[in-house]
Amino acid sequence: MGFPHTPHERETLVLSKHFGVQEAIGLDGWKKRGGYAALEKALRMEPAEIVQVVKDSGLRGRGGAGFPTGLKWSFMKPGDGKQHYLACNADESEPGTFKDREIMRWTPHALVEGCAIGAYAIGATVAYIYIRGEYTEALEKMNAACKEAYAAGILGTNAMGTGKTVHVYVHKGAGAYICGEETAMMNSLEGRRGNPRIKPPFPAVSGLFGMPTTINNVETLAAVPHILNNGADWYKTFGRADNPKSTGTKLFSVCGNIAKPGNYEVALGFPFKDFLYDLCGGPLPGRKFKAIIPGGISVPIQTLAEAENSPMDYEGFVANGTMLGSGGVIIIDDAQNLVKQIARAARFFAHESCAQCTQCREGTAWTTKILERIVAGDGTHEDLDTLLDIGEQMTGKTICVLSDSCATPVISGIQKFRPDFEALIKTKKVHMVPAQVA
Amino acid sequence: MSATQNEMGDSRAPGEASHNLHEAYAPVFVGARRSELDELLTRYPTKMAALLPALWMVQEDRGWVSSEGIAEVSEVLELTPAYVRGVVTFYTMYHQHPVAKHFIQVCTTSPCNVCGAEDVVNALLKATHCEELGVTSPDGKYAVIEVECLGACGFNTPLMVNEKFIESVTVDTVPALLASLG
Repeated sequence: MGFPHTPHERETLVLSKHFGVQEAIGLDGWKKRGGYAALEKALRMEPAEIVQVVKDSGLRGRGGAGFPTGLKWSFMKPGDGKQHYLACNADESEPGTFKDREIMRWTPHALVEGCAIGAYAIGATVAYIYIRGEYTEALEKMNAACKEAYAAGILGTNAMGTGKTVHVYVHKGAGAYICGEETAMMNSLEGRRGNPRIKPPFPAVSGLFGMPTTINNVETLAAVPHILNNGADWYKTFGRADNPKSTGTKLFSVCGNIAKPGNYEVALGFPFKDFLYDLCGGPLPGRKFKAIIPGGISVPIQTLAEAENSPMDYEGFVANGTMLGSGGVIIIDDAQNLVKQIARAARFFAHESCAQCTQCREGTAWTTKILERIVAGDGTHEDLDTLLDIGEQMTGKTICVLSDSCATPVISGIQKFRPDFEALIKTKKVHMVPAQVA
Repeated sequence: MSATQNEMGDSRAPGEASHNLHEAYAPVFVGARRSELDELLTRYPTKMAALLPALWMVQEDRGWVSSEGIAEVSEVLELTPAYVRGVVTFYTMYHQHPVAKHFIQVCTTSPCNVCGAEDVVNALLKATHCEELGVTSPDGKYAVIEVECLGACGFNTPLMVNEKFIESVTVDTVPALLASLG
């Protein structure tokens, strides 16, 4: 077992085309596959032209929020006399998501190239790739790729012989989910505790080291060279004809109770039902899908009916009660105790809360305690109302969205799978109450 | 850490300068390590930004981040030891005390949980004779902890032994895994 699988004929391989090809990891092998052609082209273009191409392509952030990348880049004003920074978010830690890891393991130069283009386009001379500390193999591969790129004159003060300066540095995290939040990541890069910052000011105004900064996800940046090579119109051909808002291909990480887990790349808008049954092989023998979380554990849980009705793009998932998120598809089948898994998700958030905001620090802890009590058979019907109340108090009231993310699976879980919770409460253990002594 | 230190690792007399501390402590940032750090410092506009990498170097060389290590890093990067400790305690991967030879960190977050991660944890605890999570085995070789998502969902349980990433562990492969660690 392991990654990657043999691609299914209905996949659209752009980013994952060279996954599993040992030769593509090194610089020579990567160049043979067309690597760095886009950077060479980009360095001879005006930054504004690159931003326009990316805008036209419709590329949106692949880390979770789905913000249009070209628009984000256009907030940066080259020539304002300030040092600009690009920060690549490779702190992939959303449970269920393992796509960026594959990009870095198999095609590290794709990310170096994407970072270099992105940095140049926003007027930055320095790009940092913040990789979570647990990704030892990705760190090793990315460090090696940067070293090769410097040695070959691709990076440095005379990038590809153009006289332009582009530095790409790898920065290793040290184990904190919250550092995947962009402002926390900037604090961490600066050598601080990874506490998220209040916005505004937004990073494009005052980001890393107080300077204008753009933060992009690994997959977003890795897609940029393909867009420059093939054009914005080519990128727009991937997607639903009736939904021009979601274009391009997307990597989906599939895990949990399913026949063929792994990373799959499909054009946005692909029918989720076909994806689950044809590409991923459907449920395990003798089991049935029960609940599906399509975008990492922070997005609302879908019922099977909602999932089967979803086109796999930003709008398609929203129309079916959830979000595309990071593309980490978690499948929970009928052999699992769903409430226990929701409790486990809450425990994750309680562990990872940075504890800055009261709603999050207290809310994640109490949510976990109550859920674990229900799982242990000590729950009451009031607990469900309490959980919903806490969830509401945790939503939209904090500096970052970790608090909301903890509330999301709980609220959607109770709304869509209430009988599961009630079944556990009905089997509540009866405790002996000592009789009052007169 | 010597027995005379309190839990904060502070054994100095009031007013004593931090660089006079711990005479037996051999500095990390000398020779090649110092050059490595100097190269790193060219990448950032502030010295503080090299804090996480510097702490990694201490841990790589010493196995954990001691109070002496914190004191040294704070001097090298011109920060206060209290500030550096604040950062160390935020990040789960910095060890604040010596750890077992094989520090086994098992992912039990939801996606792994539905694929049997808890069974793997129990099998590891049993096979290593660790009494409970986080407690070092009597022979000092193993400690098992649960960690949050390692980003290798999809197949069977992933875990890390120290810095080594091992994927697709099942209850059945636990004995072979432990044997391979030595």
